[in-house]
Amino acid sequence: MDEALVIAAHGSHLNAESSTPTYDHADTIRATGAFSEVRESFWKEEPSFREALRTVDAEEVYLVPLFISEGYFTEQVIPREFRLEDWDPELWDSDGTSATNATLAAEDTAQTVHYCGPVGTHDSMSDVIVQRAESVTGDPDVGEGFGLAVVGHGTERNENSAKAIQYHADRIRARDRFDEVQSLFMDEDPEVDDVADYFESDDIVVVPLFIADGFHTQEDIPEDMGLTDDYRTGYDVPTTVEGHDIWYAGAVGTEPLMADVVLERAADAGADVSAAIEQVREETGGATPATGD
Amino acid sequence: MDGEYVDALVATAPDGIAFDDLHVTHESDGYTFRTPDVDHSGIDEETLRTVAAESPYVRNWYFWHATAPQKADRWAFLRWLEGAEQRDVAERYDALADGVSATWGELHLTVTLSDGTRTYSIRHRADVDVGTSALDEYDDPLDAREIAKHDDDGGYRPLKTAPSLQTGWAFPELSASEFVTTVDAFYPATIANWHREQEGDLDVTHWRDTVDRQTGIYGVVKTWDRGDGYEHVNWVAEACCDDSQCLKRREWQYDEETELDVDGGSGEFPCREPCSLVIAGARKWTKLEGEQAQTYEFELTPSEKEQIEDIIDAVADGEADDIREADIYEGANRYRTRFLRAKLFDDEGNLGGVETEQ
Repeated sequence: MDEALVIAAHGSHLNAESSTPTYDHADTIRATGAFSEVRESFWKEEPSFREALRTVDAEEVYLVPLFISEGYFTEQVIPREFRLEDWDPELWDSDGTSATNATLAAEDTAQTVHYCGPVGTHDSMSDVIVQRAESVTGDPDVGEGFGLAVVGHGTERNENSAKAIQYHADRIRARDRFDEVQSLFMDEDPEVDDVADYFESDDIVVVPLFIADGFHTQEDIPEDMGLTDDYRTGYDVPTTVEGHDIWYAGAVGTEPLMADVVLERAADAGADVSAAIEQVREETGGATPATGD
Repeated sequence: MDGEYVDALVATAPDGIAFDDLHVTHESDGYTFRTPDVDHSGIDEETLRTVAAESPYVRNWYFWHATAPQKADRWAFLRWLEGAEQRDVAERYDALADGVSATWGELHLTVTLSDGTRTYSIRHRADVDVGTSALDEYDDPLDAREIAKHDDDGGYRPLKTAPSLQTGWAFPELSASEFVTTVDAFYPATIANWHREQEGDLDVTHWRDTVDRQTGIYGVVKTWDRGDGYEHVNWVAEACCDDSQCLKRREWQYDEETELDVDGGSGEFPCREPCSLVIAGARKWTKLEGEQAQTYEFELTPSEKEQIEDIIDAVADGEADDIREADIYEGANRYRTRFLRAKLFDDEGNLGGVETEQ
């Protein structure tokens, strides 16, 4: 039977680049031929969540949210807008970082939808963060002598927002690859503004756990960290701040290996995509098996 | 290829074929093959093959059952484009030889038949008379996603159906399935909703229902409806859902019983519920409309009052950039506006020197 992959992402009314990582990862997966169709859909762009399923031919759909955290979007907005019958967050039985998948019917189109947890809380996301550190330093062995800062938005409205960041920071710390690993936030303590205070290492890789580059990752965070006074003038990678070399990576979601996490989510929900996962890992530089898991 | 459609016909004949003036059956006394041009009965397979190989009706049947996408909406869209329900095969094939075109929003769509094969092409309807060599050519349907992102000035288009699609490109040679994929990349879900409307089962979600399901930062819009009419929704529709702003035809109303008073536009494809831009606008207006009116007193000459009206019109209609630099006769001319600001604003930017009281 034909099976489709539908990726649900935020998108933007203001920023043209917000959808770019979604398109890129969808294209990578499309090229593997693992699904009969791969469809992008957006909260703020078209096709909207409300109408995406009616543009999909297949009766069986894997729906993967391209979001960082579990919470408002994954538990309320996406199931509601996709009209997933009988959805209940309990179906995921998650503590905030352990969402799995649930199989539901779409009221609108009667398709069978395997609704997956977001990419951001999947274990393989830790690999993407490490890969991002490798990409930005140009060093496949980066780790020794380096600190790694995983940066999240943080918000008092949703405790899961910080959980996802801490989860991956803990997992990467346990691998003993970097001298230090710290989770930092924009809107709560510990704040990314004081990045230098939290590390002893001379070199610090800063990886924001965001899906797309936009206002926060391109303007706020670089200015807050003191990489530049004005984001429009740009900054060097690395930039020296208070005696530390800051290797700022930009949004982790732009890393090509993210396509792998989307596939892993679908695989966990029962999609037969092991060959595609292998292919994508190879193409996007993630062929090395993760260590420390 | 030649063998393919004949083989398919022979294989399908026992089930009976009746499609676009082609009738084929297989009985104990042989095959029957009938089109407006020929009528054979009791023929053997070899004769059937010979007759079928020469018949455009067979190629036509094969296209619609083996080549064209079989999903009902895409299939119907391709039939609509070539006027399949209005013209018989002979008329259609004559027309297709020269190319049959239609518009879909700002897209100019064409299907051409050559050597029995349909080829599809798409360009901006403003580029109909431009030579293909003067346009950037594309062959990957997904390239439409990038083209649709920006207008001719490089501005971002958050609404795919805004009438600001950039010009200067062409998809000159697409297969049937590539063609519908390309149209869907330019105008997502329009084929699906158009088809539902054709079939009489378009699901429309009206303003009230759409607003009622909003949560989070958009939940506030619910407070805008206080059971005292729907004038505010008329204003939203007039602001956002006019042909000048969106090429979809608004089918949603205030609620099931209450139609809005403003026109829904004249687009080919229906809009079945308030979109995310409308909801984002409504959130802002909900907050602004929650303010109490104040009385401000300052003096304007009659021409100054008219000039402010001109400025609002020019901005609302997107015409501010079209006013010539030295055209002092236009109220929204930049120098005229700067003069008004110099004269009427105090150092804090207050119109008429009157403070904004909250």
